[in-house]
Amino acid sequence: MKLFSISSPMLLLAGIVMLSACKKDKDNTPTYYQTQDQMARPAINTVFVSAADKDLFNTTVPSTMNAAFASKFKARLLALNPGYTTNLLGLTADQFTNVLVTDVLNASTTAPTSFYDGTNVLTGRALADDVIDVELTLIFGGPNGTANPGLTSDHVNGNDKAFSESFPYLATPH
Amino acid sequence: MKKKKMLLASLAIAGITVGGLVFAADHIDSPTVTGQSTDITDLYVFRAQDPNNLVFVANTQGLMAPSATGAAMFDANTLIEFNIDNNNDNVEDLVIQGIYNNGKMKIYGPVKPSETGGRSKIEGAATAEVAVTPYGSDVIIGTGGGLKVFAGPRDDPFFFDLNQFKKIIGGMATSFNNPGTDAFAGTNVLSLVVEIPKSMLNASNGKLNVWLETKKKI
Repeated sequence: MKLFSISSPMLLLAGIVMLSACKKDKDNTPTYYQTQDQMARPAINTVFVSAADKDLFNTTVPSTMNAAFASKFKARLLALNPGYTTNLLGLTADQFTNVLVTDVLNASTTAPTSFYDGTNVLTGRALADDVIDVELTLIFGGPNGTANPGLTSDHVNGNDKAFSESFPYLATPH
Repeated sequence: MKKKKMLLASLAIAGITVGGLVFAADHIDSPTVTGQSTDITDLYVFRAQDPNNLVFVANTQGLMAPSATGAAMFDANTLIEFNIDNNNDNVEDLVIQGIYNNGKMKIYGPVKPSETGGRSKIEGAATAEVAVTPYGSDVIIGTGGGLKVFAGPRDDPFFFDLNQFKKIIGGMATSFNNPGTDAFAGTNVLSLVVEIPKSMLNASNGKLNVWLETKKKI
């Protein structure tokens, strides 16, 4: 009985709401998600991308990063280390830039995992890898890794908690 | 000596040029996402205890004090997505997706995404799920589809003397200290850990390129 007391504009409104609800069901539109942040190798965005470009870099797909950012990365590398010639991997500024600018983490399904241990180069990133020392050495250390010795290690060589040998590997929270 | 001075001068200039430069793995690197559930701190990919498996770790919401960790939560509107290129063209061939819903982390994939790039949808049916391990509780492990899954607060595994680096960049110091001071000691992150058989990843010549994305519901 109460229904009949509802005014006709309200009925109309109710009808529209029901119709649009039906329409949405029929469309079956999937829910989409859009990139907000991305990363692969540690510290790449933070070291090589200017403040103004950070959000843009974080939403640029890896396959187009080289075209968009290679010249900026090279300028940044040479600003950080004007004396850059090559590094421990024998990479020129252009070659090193090209490796860095496409921010993907290379991982091996066959080799042991190491960011860089002298033998394994970029076969993944293990929890205990001292990735900062690797990157500082490659940026500042010159062809032998021995140049600018005050800048090639932060002398923090490990985590403050021990990792586990078994799943989930990371340490319990503080 | 002269060379060193030049280097330091240019470091100082570089520091000024980029403004409040923060150098961390990826912690709070992006103005848009800093302080949000989408803020990535680190990606790890490594050989598992079982050498037939690889482990993928996505850490988010970094620099959490222990006092803030109990209240930290994953976000139901944030898709955490491992992108895996297995033919070396830097375009994702497989994705492993994680999304939080009602106390659980659901995992989708590894699966070929229906579209590549910045926009994604959840692909197919869930392959595994796990209840989020509460702060201070024993680890809860979920399994399904050959995967092993963990989601919850962990110690931030990243270590770096960030503050001394900022001083060097700012021209206020000329070198690191020995020993250095880990700026990430004593802080926590929210971790998603997925262990997966290598055979499911179809690597060509044993090589993968991996990147981590957080995607917000639109």
